[in-house]
Amino acid sequence: MERLKDYFLPESASTFASDTDGLFMFINISGGLLLLGITIALIWFSWKYKRRREDEVTPVIRHSTILEVTWTVIPLVLILFVFAWGFRGWATMRNAPADAYEVYVTGLSFGWQFTYPNGVISGTELVVPAGRPVRLIMQSRDVIHSFFVPDFRIKQDLMPNRYTTAWFEAPEPGEHVIFCTEFCGSGHSAMLGKVKVVPVAEFETWLTAEKAKTEGDLPLAELGRNVFNQQGCMACHSVDGSAGIGPTFKGLAGSQRSFTDGSSATADDNYLRESILRSNAKVVAGFAPAMPSYQGVLSDRQVDALIAFIKEQQ
Amino acid sequence: MTNTTKPVAIREFPVEEFPETHYLNATKGLKSWMLTLDHKRIGLMYLASVIFFFFVGGLLALALRLELWEPAQNFMDAETYNRVFTLHGAVMIFLFIIPSIPAALGNIFLPVMLGAKDVAFPRLNLASFYIYLGGAMFTLYSMAHGGIDTGWTFYTPYSTNSGSAVISMTFGVFIMGFSSILTGVNFITTVHKMRAPGQTWGKLPLFVWSLYATGVIQVLATPVLAITLLLLIMERTLGIGIFDPALGGDPVLFQHFFWFYSHPAVYIMIVPGFGIISELISTFSRKVIFGYWAVALSSLAIAFIGFLVWGHHMFTSGQSELSTVVFSFLTFFVGLPTGIKIMNWVATMYRGSIWLATPMLYAIEFLFLFTIGGLTGIMLGALSVDIHLHDTYYVVAHFHYVMMGGTVFAFLGGLHYWWPKFTGKMYNETLAKIASVILFIGFNMTFLPQFVMGSQGMPRRYFGYLEQFQTLHQYSTVGSWILGVGFLLVAYYLIVSLVKGAKAPSNPWGGRSLEWMTSSPMPAHNFEHVPVVIHGPYDHHQPIAEFRMGIDAPHHDTTHA
Ligand code: HEC
Ligand SMILES: [Cu+2]
Ligand SMILES: [Cu+2]
Repeated sequence: MERLKDYFLPESASTFASDTDGLFMFINISGGLLLLGITIALIWFSWKYKRRREDEVTPVIRHSTILEVTWTVIPLVLILFVFAWGFRGWATMRNAPADAYEVYVTGLSFGWQFTYPNGVISGTELVVPAGRPVRLIMQSRDVIHSFFVPDFRIKQDLMPNRYTTAWFEAPEPGEHVIFCTEFCGSGHSAMLGKVKVVPVAEFETWLTAEKAKTEGDLPLAELGRNVFNQQGCMACHSVDGSAGIGPTFKGLAGSQRSFTDGSSATADDNYLRESILRSNAKVVAGFAPAMPSYQGVLSDRQVDALIAFIKEQQ
Repeated sequence: MTNTTKPVAIREFPVEEFPETHYLNATKGLKSWMLTLDHKRIGLMYLASVIFFFFVGGLLALALRLELWEPAQNFMDAETYNRVFTLHGAVMIFLFIIPSIPAALGNIFLPVMLGAKDVAFPRLNLASFYIYLGGAMFTLYSMAHGGIDTGWTFYTPYSTNSGSAVISMTFGVFIMGFSSILTGVNFITTVHKMRAPGQTWGKLPLFVWSLYATGVIQVLATPVLAITLLLLIMERTLGIGIFDPALGGDPVLFQHFFWFYSHPAVYIMIVPGFGIISELISTFSRKVIFGYWAVALSSLAIAFIGFLVWGHHMFTSGQSELSTVVFSFLTFFVGLPTGIKIMNWVATMYRGSIWLATPMLYAIEFLFLFTIGGLTGIMLGALSVDIHLHDTYYVVAHFHYVMMGGTVFAFLGGLHYWWPKFTGKMYNETLAKIASVILFIGFNMTFLPQFVMGSQGMPRRYFGYLEQFQTLHQYSTVGSWILGVGFLLVAYYLIVSLVKGAKAPSNPWGGRSLEWMTSSPMPAHNFEHVPVVIHGPYDHHQPIAEFRMGIDAPHHDTTHA
């Protein structure tokens, strides 16, 4: 039975995974027995009552109260039981403990961004302390996305207009994949992230180190690299010369760009600034106008830093 | 009226075998088909159209499965893949499966099973066919003009922003909705008003009951889809902001509207299939159906409860917690009448005289596949488990077991059952059985692995995937090829049957309902007399002559005009 469970389900890495798995297996087994019964009846009847002579007559059996009551009441009891079990597990998922550690989650096409209480922003990687409940307060910057961590058995849509929440507690350190499960466009299946569960002490160190990365005294280009990672630019832009959903940053600064409307321009500071803040003003030939606008999302200093970073990619 | 007391003489009307003239050759020429008011010809035109669109949707599915052979890009890019899966879904649902059983097989057989000469509104019937074609044209147009990449669910705000042909596609679906509504109205009226003398509600074939229940859903639910799509079109063209948060709207509202139609639509797709299965099981077991009223009324119960469960598609959407609980609770109650039906069908086979002809093979395969579809539905109704499984391949597998393992297998069963009746030709029974088994194997091979992938966490609508899922994806793709071969074989022997099949007798399977009491193919007006019903449609213990009764009126011909 354990083997079957391990085959069907991913690793169980949150406190409520085992309850969900229990119900999953319960339905599989009781359903499997039912299916087996029906299949045996089908095969057995087809064989036993196979038509042997053309003039066979069959008995007239229109109903049987005992049978009909049985096959109404037994399933009824079963479904009420399954409902109650599912409800209980779900109620736990909906009610985060009051002392949960809170992280803000932003979904954007096509990446994740996690904001910590001290202002640290982490792109694609959600680092959390082991053994402590974590509550996610989630929002989308554009279309609907959905935050799914199979190993935790949690999933919650992110809406553009309101916060939605989810929580989990991962007892052990480990790494777990994050999928987007609400279709959001060409990068939907590439919108992957990672939950990194680390021991509490390690978490504290990480948080302090990240905080330092965003401090004002950092060299501009280095700050730019951090923003690049945190704001999800890397979901669409590479720095190694390969085109993704957007053009690569390698060799971009200073080069000659041509646009879908036939015009062209040199990629100077002003062009880069405009491309970041109002990307769709000029759409690079060969690409879709898929880039979200960062107007009002990035501070001036962050834009400066990004430009400095892009210029370094030669 | 005074003449109700006048005694009416009834007598047996023997069936003319292998008639020279029938509905297929009663009138000739293209115009006699294009402008026909004959429900059978309209049904045939529907049948040809839905089979064509099934072929289109099937090719799209094969392309999808082929792309998924590799975790990364294989032969199409993400944009193309997204268009292909959207079209596969939209074509299969709106162009194939919704009209498949009711508008094609239902159109041909509903009036015959009622002993009527036609549906209540023959002109409306023809109109609904052309409306369907018009809607289909829009769909083809959007395919040619860049396609659409939103998924058949058209969720906002993605669908309001997407640069693809959303407007023409949704407009096509909007138009086809009217065709569905008109068919529903027509069938409901026909069942109420056109039943043969003596055919009380308790003597209706269960296929008719299922079409009746379907008609009710079509009439009540489809307008909601129409409004929703219209609002979506207005959102895109005029920016009215019903679903746009920046303008005071709400994307979750779209989902409520959409599923308010689309959950009941699941029953538009499957309930007619239930009807076919009831006919098949009883005829090929040569036995009266077990629990006639339970089977008949459970269709209506499903139609009714089906309206109250749409929110189970939205457990993770951020809808209110109270509604999530209520929707989960009610969802389980759709399972109950469905389970009762399955038990009734199995019980009908008990002590029957079972003939495993092709249609019965399909019925048995249906029972197996649909039971899996139903049980996995229970899994998805359970709140905590659904949170994990929602929007994964588990859901994809579940609804293919219901829609394809259920409806398509029932459709194939019905097609093989009634084929001799409406074409007048027999098909090669051996090939048909082989094809049925190939389809059964291919189907399970395609979709069983998807349950496993899904519970392991593989999300749906994914162009690329993690390598750990590759083996299962490849099983599934090989399965899709087996399915393709199966369907080719079906196409082959059915075409052969049309060209040089043996002539079909009027009642090759020993059925008891009225369509078997007239010639194969039927005459232009179905019966040359007014049929009278004295026994139930499954009373195999009564002499067959008593199912061929009609009013003994020498001047019955005057009623034809
Ligand atoms: C959803 C994918 C996506 C994300 C996320 C994204 N971009 Fe883009 N970006 C594009 C695409 C597609 C283009 C090309 C089309 C255009 O010009 O609008 C582009 C173009 C650009 C250009 C112009 C490139 C050229 O070749 O001329 C710059 C500069 C740029 N992006 C910077 C950024 C920065 C900085 C971020 C993060 C703050 C970012 N992008 C995030 C998709 C994205
Ligand atoms: Cu997504
Ligand atoms: Cu539903």
